[in-house]
Amino acid sequence: MKFIYQTWWKVAAVLLVLSTFYTGLVLKAPRLPIIHETIRNLYFHVPMWMGMLTVFVVSVYFSIKYLQTGKEEHDLAAVESVNTGLLFYTLGLLTGMLWAKFTWGEFWSGDPKQNSAAIAFLLYCAYLVLRNSIDEEQKRAKISAIYNIFAFPIMIVLIFVLPRMTDSLHPGSGGNPAFGKYDLDNGMKIAFYPAMLGWSFIALWIATIRYRIRLIENKKNAIN
Amino acid sequence: MSNALTHSQVIITFAVMKLVNETWYLLKKEVLLEWRSKYAFNGVLLYVVSTVFVCYISLNLNPGFSNSSGYPIVWNVLFWIIMLFASVNAIAKSFMQESKSRLLYYYSIASPQAIILSKTIYNILLMALLSTLALVVFKVFFPNTLGDPLYYFLAVLLGSVSFSTVFTMISAIASKAGNNGTLMAILSFPVIIPVILVLIKLSKSAMDGVDRSFFYGNIGVLCAINAIVIATALLLFPYLWRD
Repeated sequence: MKFIYQTWWKVAAVLLVLSTFYTGLVLKAPRLPIIHETIRNLYFHVPMWMGMLTVFVVSVYFSIKYLQTGKEEHDLAAVESVNTGLLFYTLGLLTGMLWAKFTWGEFWSGDPKQNSAAIAFLLYCAYLVLRNSIDEEQKRAKISAIYNIFAFPIMIVLIFVLPRMTDSLHPGSGGNPAFGKYDLDNGMKIAFYPAMLGWSFIALWIATIRYRIRLIENKKNAIN
Repeated sequence: MSNALTHSQVIITFAVMKLVNETWYLLKKEVLLEWRSKYAFNGVLLYVVSTVFVCYISLNLNPGFSNSSGYPIVWNVLFWIIMLFASVNAIAKSFMQESKSRLLYYYSIASPQAIILSKTIYNILLMALLSTLALVVFKVFFPNTLGDPLYYFLAVLLGSVSFSTVFTMISAIASKAGNNGTLMAILSFPVIIPVILVLIKLSKSAMDGVDRSFFYGNIGVLCAINAIVIATALLLFPYLWRD
């Protein structure tokens, strides 16, 4: 756990994200019909999901660790990762909706990708409700860890597998090419990959700060 | 070369045989208990029949509806929603009806995997029987032509298998967290929505009599979801049952 107290990756995260403000907004992007300049949303929408995925993977890791060891810190790490993941989830949905308004015409057009994202959001809200429904700490930690591990593969199927099999307008689904296939030229890659890495680090950073706050709270509330 | 089995292979084969044996005995016990009381079966059957009847009466208030173009769509969606609620009610009981001391007894004689597997298989059998009967009852009250009856029936069977695997695991979680129905619904609906979407699509194409090659992708998705759910249930249940 020494990693979370180190500084280098936080500096790297800030630099990477700041660099995308220049490379993403100023550098040239291919001009495509309908999409036009909204293609730049790629640098801000997809990294949100990458950040979400990163912290959700971390939370599954700590849920597994909790079931193995039964240490309370692991449960706190798992729940704070899910909380951060939900923040990035919301941002991913919002940036997606904004993009959809300018390309598909509506904020919410009932596209399969949007609908499955909404359902998977409910899945993780259910995780938080499940936590609230149990009073006893150890039991809560154990059962929510189990549900977290159970929910993760289903979230993956919902967001990343099912929409690809239906007629979705979302790039990369239903026969639509993802931007990576044809449009992502080398100029865009300079902005896209740093954004993915940078926002993943930012998500991790937020999760570690929340986790450390929870640790301090826990210490303060402990009965000695 | 059967005589060249290594030590670990022998242990694994023995463990699998033990698991199959325990699952078989527990399954027999579940079926026997149900056969004696017939409570779950009759209860859910009555639930399905009364729901279908309520739908029948409500839709009959609008004369001419059965000839309208939306009728087959409503028919299909209504059937799956009825099945969804019937199976939640049937399967939610599977862990809640067991008393604490009886559960403790099972855990002392059988492995946790055998317990969750036997419950899942029992629920699959129960739901397959119930949904077949429900389909017959539904078809009697709401006449409708099925383009491909065999594949529609297959979709119904796949549906009962998927409902059973998902709801059994969720009811195990919910029963540990205070046994309430709200929690069961909150936890299971996000998981079951993708399943029911695929099922509705599958059964709609069976109803329209679409070429059978269209089915395989959706059947593959359902099987994949079931495999994921069963695998995670087998991995996680051993941690869940210990109090």
